[in-house]
Amino acid sequence: MVSHFNQEERQREIAAFERDLERIKDGRGMLMHALHLAQNRFGYVPSDVQQIIADTLKVPLSTVYGVITFYSRFTLVPKGRCDLSICMGTACYIQGSEELLKETEETLGIKSGETSPDGNFSLSTTRCVGACSLAPVVTVNGEVHGRMTVQEMKKLLADLQQQYGSQSESDEE
Amino acid sequence: MSMTIDKLKEIREETLKHMNLRGLPSDRPNAPYKWSVAICMETSCMSSKSPEIKRRLLDLIKRDGKEGEIEVVGTGCFGLCEAGPIVIVRPGDTFYYHLDPNDIDLIYEQHLLGGEPVRDLIYPESITEDGYLSYFDIPFMAHQERIALRSSGHIDPEDIREYIAFGGYEALYKALVEMTPDEVIDVVTASGLRGRGGGGFLAGRKWRATQASPGDEKFIICNADEGDPGAFMDRSILEGDPHSVIEAMAIAGYAIGSDQGYVYVRAEYPIAVERLEKAIGQANDLGLLGENIFGTDFSFDLEIRLGAGAFVCGETTALTASIEGRRGTPRSRPPYSADKGLWGKPTMINNVETFANIPYILLNGAEAFKKIGTANSPGTKVFALSGKIKNVGLVEIPMGTTLRQVVEEIGGGIPNGKAFKAVQTGGPSGGCIGPEHLDTPIDFDSLTEVGSMMGSGGMIIMDEDNCAVDVARFYMDFIADESCGKCTPCREGTKRMLEILIDITEGRGDETSIPRLERLAKTTELASLCALGQTSANPILSTLKTFRDEYEAHIKEKRCPAGVCKALTSYFITDACIGCGLCARNCPVSCISGERKKLHVIDTDQCIKCGLCYDKCPVNAIVKK
Amino acid sequence: MITLTINGQKVTAEEGMSILDAALAHGIEIPALCHDPNLKPESSCRLCLVEVDGRRWPRVACGTPVRDGMVVETNTPEIRATRREILQLLLDNHPNDCLTCQKAGECLLQKYAYEYGVTFRTHNGARRGSEKARFTDTSSPYILRDESKCILCGKCISTCAALNERSVLSFAGRGFETKVAADRDETLEASTCVSCSRCVAVCPVGALIDRRVREKKIRPWDADRQTIQCKACEYGCEYEVLEKGNERVIRPLAPSGGRPLCLKGRLYVEAEVSSDLRIPYKKKETDKGRKFVRTSWVEALELDQILDRIAYTESESGKGRAK
Repeated sequence: MVSHFNQEERQREIAAFERDLERIKDGRGMLMHALHLAQNRFGYVPSDVQQIIADTLKVPLSTVYGVITFYSRFTLVPKGRCDLSICMGTACYIQGSEELLKETEETLGIKSGETSPDGNFSLSTTRCVGACSLAPVVTVNGEVHGRMTVQEMKKLLADLQQQYGSQSESDEE
Repeated sequence: MSMTIDKLKEIREETLKHMNLRGLPSDRPNAPYKWSVAICMETSCMSSKSPEIKRRLLDLIKRDGKEGEIEVVGTGCFGLCEAGPIVIVRPGDTFYYHLDPNDIDLIYEQHLLGGEPVRDLIYPESITEDGYLSYFDIPFMAHQERIALRSSGHIDPEDIREYIAFGGYEALYKALVEMTPDEVIDVVTASGLRGRGGGGFLAGRKWRATQASPGDEKFIICNADEGDPGAFMDRSILEGDPHSVIEAMAIAGYAIGSDQGYVYVRAEYPIAVERLEKAIGQANDLGLLGENIFGTDFSFDLEIRLGAGAFVCGETTALTASIEGRRGTPRSRPPYSADKGLWGKPTMINNVETFANIPYILLNGAEAFKKIGTANSPGTKVFALSGKIKNVGLVEIPMGTTLRQVVEEIGGGIPNGKAFKAVQTGGPSGGCIGPEHLDTPIDFDSLTEVGSMMGSGGMIIMDEDNCAVDVARFYMDFIADESCGKCTPCREGTKRMLEILIDITEGRGDETSIPRLERLAKTTELASLCALGQTSANPILSTLKTFRDEYEAHIKEKRCPAGVCKALTSYFITDACIGCGLCARNCPVSCISGERKKLHVIDTDQCIKCGLCYDKCPVNAIVKK
Repeated sequence: MITLTINGQKVTAEEGMSILDAALAHGIEIPALCHDPNLKPESSCRLCLVEVDGRRWPRVACGTPVRDGMVVETNTPEIRATRREILQLLLDNHPNDCLTCQKAGECLLQKYAYEYGVTFRTHNGARRGSEKARFTDTSSPYILRDESKCILCGKCISTCAALNERSVLSFAGRGFETKVAADRDETLEASTCVSCSRCVAVCPVGALIDRRVREKKIRPWDADRQTIQCKACEYGCEYEVLEKGNERVIRPLAPSGGRPLCLKGRLYVEAEVSSDLRIPYKKKETDKGRKFVRTSWVEALELDQILDRIAYTESESGKGRAK
């Protein structure tokens, strides 16, 4: 889920999110669910959304923040338009996924867990997507690319840079 | 809708009419279909475009109006994921493998219309002199026995009627109408079923304890937070046969007196979540979940809760905290979940595979189940076989099968003529088992004896190209990253062990490294709060036991025997060099020189150890030392 | 009543009591960093591990209830070795600052390190905070934080959450990177912290320090100490008066028996006994977020209206009646 909203869209998204929240707020133990909703809608859990969740679900703000930062799926910064994830599960590691990570970090100039300053790419590692028969595996916005080699990674990155890199800031405005 | 046994049977009979080709108890002669095409719709095969194959085939069938002759079923996992995308044509269980979406046109024309299987697309090992073997007779399937995966590959997991046709929800009926809760627990206890999530506790004992615990409200939780890297058993069960888990949870609810269940599943498994949601919806619609199931007083609701990427949440108290909407940190026990679990109420937690065995046990009885496997570990176990092995995939074997049978026969051995080095079981909490223990029978106790553990079912094969220290470092990196940070020994100790391992792999190890590792290992084992911390050093301890010489080579000789640890590896060109120049042309830093048709040389000072020359050399003249 | 044996000594304890409390009741002290008699046991520091019934696997004394006939050893060589390792792990992540640390003398980490002979050592490994002691949050006029000294025992979080409306603190992050955060990891000033100082009162190390005591440079072991009760409300929270030379400061003591502690009470006690009345600060909502602003003692103690009414009553126009 990659999202880059302007002010107006953002207001609309927040209103929609509040409606989602309203539907679940009376359930038991809904914080995780609320955070999934936020992460999926905004691509991260923005600071003001944390406050909305705290107020609606009546949980302390510190708890909301503590839970977000505990689980690796929730993030405090937006993901890039192109969200790359390299599987570091055992099967993938044994088949050389660390080389893929290194190659990607060097090519994109960002480390795992970071988003490029232009918002085009974010890179993360994941713990086993369960496609071990395709190891090593890389996912691009959720789509699985299996049996990768460093050569293929280079090619994939070049393609992605063409596709996303050319989208400059001006597209966003 | 309220469900009765007559309605269930009616659905069964109706559905069976068109399932004549799906390996059912008896083949029905008055079959509507001539061909049944099963296409695997499990994560791995789907990533290799199985949905496109299905779409294409359906288009062809529609074009020619063959809907009445050929059925197409999206099924769960067949097991041999390596061969994906897998398509099985019935009758005959013809096994097509590694298909490209275009290939389906040929299969359609030649096999489905012409009756002649496409030999070139059939899995080579199933081809015999006078024909070919059914999928279920290939060597990969030889030692397997499917209980937990009994319906996977046969039914459409998105259609509850097909599950019912295969005898689904009859165990629930039997439990609710013909048995008391005590009798249900007695059968589960008598079957000797042990928890498949890793601990191996007797399931019946857990059920009994939760039943006995006083409380006006109780909960059933299915632990589907399959976090072990390299494990995908539970995902496959949920994707291939979600109703078996739903039915079992309802049975457990009846047995212990709970009317609410939760499935805690990884958010990383979107397909499993989607199928589970669909299945719960269908079960509710048919009255197999909800109020007064089968007209009895028993009601049961099921909710899905998503994890969010924290390995520690596989630990029961952490999982409970997570469902409650808190940080998934384990707490000290007692109190146990059976007494104070979710929201402080008695709670029974089993994992996916454990539940998947329950309907079979209820329908066939404890004795039938105990006939499979060994005395102390009855039944089967599903393993996700991966790593340096030919047949990567999902296998279900009777307990007591040896590791050698799995590696050599089911797994088909190590590819590329490499030598077997170790098999890793039990995930990050488990250990590496070396070649000297290959004849160990796979059961809970035997695996523990050889320094590993059953765990949830990851089985990763390593060959001579894998470095034992590097593997230990990999697991420690995982554990340190996934440590919840609550207790001192695990939070601080795993980080320090990781630092020592990094030092060793990068050539900074010294004579204090191993003693320090051993001391930290002991501290985390004895002093950590939960099983994650207590077992965190297992990857180190098990590799130290079998491959101590490899550790010492890293530390004393600054050498990585497997050639994995870059800082300790150098590339050399041997006399076998034919002077083709391929290495020099591919070297990204141009550090290889030599005249044409003469021996080339690598300038080891300039070399960045990328390994490209090693991969490119046509005569294997380049060696790592 | 339950009878058990601790270190060879037969002792009695009440059902449901923890080993730690039972031992303490008989004068046997078991080291613990995260335990607090007023808080639910977290069993996270793992220092209170003891041997139970001769088994190899030790149990936490704070979280294990006593059982009849139980045999507990609190000080075997194995147990001591494990404690030493745990202390070393903590020291490896703690700045060597005991000379100038405000907590010196009453720091539990210092106490146990001394007892078990564990010392600071240099290493190249990672550290959560800086190697040197340094206050990482100086935004509050009442509380100083030094995260590099934090041992993540969680007592500050538990005591803050003991009052529903507070819960300002929480653990954040995971694993080695775990930290204690206020709200969304904000400064104490920007957060909803009400400066009650419950957290400071329970911190076993120098991670949370009473700023007004520190500024007077009075360490408790170097002062005459006296416990007094706050008279601002009927809870009667406890404060300690520290007197050195002609300086007198107060600090809140760990809240017990459901007592809340509050800033107003603290200022009340300060006004009553401190050797000099230092400027009080109150948190105000501004357009730049929450800010501590200087205030007057009259306003800080919310006396303005009362004084007005008293003045009116005593004035000509009041004629003995309040407004």
